[in-house]
Amino acid sequence: MFPVVMQDLTVVVRGKTLLGPLDLTLEAGGITVVMGPNGAGKTTFLKTCHGVMRHSRGSINWQVPVDQAAQAQSFVFQSPIMLRRSVLENLTYPLRLQGMAKHKAIELAETWAKRIGLAQHLTTPAPRLSGGEQQKLALARALITKPQCLFLDEPTASLDGSATKEIEALLQEAAANGTTLIMSTHNVGQAKRLGDHVLFLHQGKPILYAPASQVFDESNKGGQNELVQRFLQGDIIE
Amino acid sequence: MTDIWDGLAQAFWLLVQLDPTLIEISARSLTVTLTALVVASLIAMPLAAILAVRRFKFRRVIISVINSLMGLPPVVVGLFVYILLSRSGPLGGLGLLYTIDAMIIAQVVIITPLIISIAHQSMRDLWSEYHDLLISMNTTTTQRILTLLWDGRRALITAALAGFGRAIGEVGAIMIVGGNIENATRVLTTAIALETSKGDFALALALGFVLILLAVAVNFATHWVGRTEREGKW
Ligand SMILES: Nc1ncnc2c1ncn2[C@@H]1O[C@H](COP(=O)(O)OP(=O)(O)OP(=O)(O)O)[C@@H](O)[C@H]1O
Ligand SMILES: [Mg+2]
Repeated sequence: MFPVVMQDLTVVVRGKTLLGPLDLTLEAGGITVVMGPNGAGKTTFLKTCHGVMRHSRGSINWQVPVDQAAQAQSFVFQSPIMLRRSVLENLTYPLRLQGMAKHKAIELAETWAKRIGLAQHLTTPAPRLSGGEQQKLALARALITKPQCLFLDEPTASLDGSATKEIEALLQEAAANGTTLIMSTHNVGQAKRLGDHVLFLHQGKPILYAPASQVFDESNKGGQNELVQRFLQGDIIE
Repeated sequence: MTDIWDGLAQAFWLLVQLDPTLIEISARSLTVTLTALVVASLIAMPLAAILAVRRFKFRRVIISVINSLMGLPPVVVGLFVYILLSRSGPLGGLGLLYTIDAMIIAQVVIITPLIISIAHQSMRDLWSEYHDLLISMNTTTTQRILTLLWDGRRALITAALAGFGRAIGEVGAIMIVGGNIENATRVLTTAIALETSKGDFALALALGFVLILLAVAVNFATHWVGRTEREGKW
């Protein structure tokens, strides 16, 4: 379904331009990290690509019909949305939506619960999990359908080191299995560890879209945007 | 004063020996109200979920109509249903006036808006919580509605209990359309009204106790549902 082509993509809410205009072509494979300060439009960008937010102008085109494209995507939200159900039922939910038989769905859900360390919590109501556990569950629930494209909005923002490590491992594994990942992050270290491409947003506008090797190359400062450079050095940019 | 004490003593006696009249009237009350509750819930709950999930043209209008229907005095509902079902009315041919069915219809009209209103509140809250996720998962409208109904089931039960409480204690409308006929359409509330006016406090009080008991049971059930919600059971 890749490449996805965005042309003049613009999101305007109540007269305010939150995103764009944006012209961008995302290729299949790898991890694209979306960076930028708070309010830069990272969430807006991800949600618009995924289609949960509507754009006001321009277009976004997947290489397959819209419905098919939507079916092959998952999204992990900035603050995890838990169904008021057990851990197991949260995991089987997307599978059952796609018509998988109940016993098969349960089997698959149990292996995923094991992978994210929640095998002991199968019957626990998901809303009662800790923040980190919820984030892991949200990720597993997104990956369980083997999406071709996975959007993640700061999936490790509220997590400690070890939980972050676990999540990053899952993300790298998903990428290795052929899922295209598009994730926002505040964490420059994480962007360096995971990123294949970097999209830098500032005040809703794309400042830079380049391979991570270029962006993070110490010797390549001259070719870079000054704003991005300052951001990477830890300066506060407005 | 002695009348009242006598009445109380006799009332207890009626309750203890499971007086046949008392049982018959209580059972009829439960039949009418539970049937009305099932019908009203089947109408109200899916509608509440649809109103939460779908954005259509007259949604706001429908919601305000339902909210004002909720404020209709039951006696007026009784009057309307009476007119509908009376011999010369549009549904007169069905011959339902002064039957259990007429009472059920009246109660359905009274409690459906109430159940919709309470259920819609919680369906709306749940939808705002689930919105992004369910849209993201590319769910159909039917799947969204079923998910909301299932995950909001405790709130729906609470709404149903409120409907039950309203229906079981209602007297005006069912008096009008049921006629309070002995062995046919006499229920707890209409019997109490009649026995009180006749001065037979014993039966009236005994019937009153049954009503109070039911009200207390509904209250307990509501609390219990709320507690399982907080504790995350089922
Ligand atoms: N529904 C909305 N209505 C109006 N303004 C909005 C809406 N959603 C977001 N915004 C505004 O759009 C801008 C971009 O928001 P967005 O959430 O995309 O930023 P972000 O890069 O994800 O920020 P953060 O790093 O804090 O998550 C912000 O100024 C925000 O206030
Ligand atoms: Mg954000």
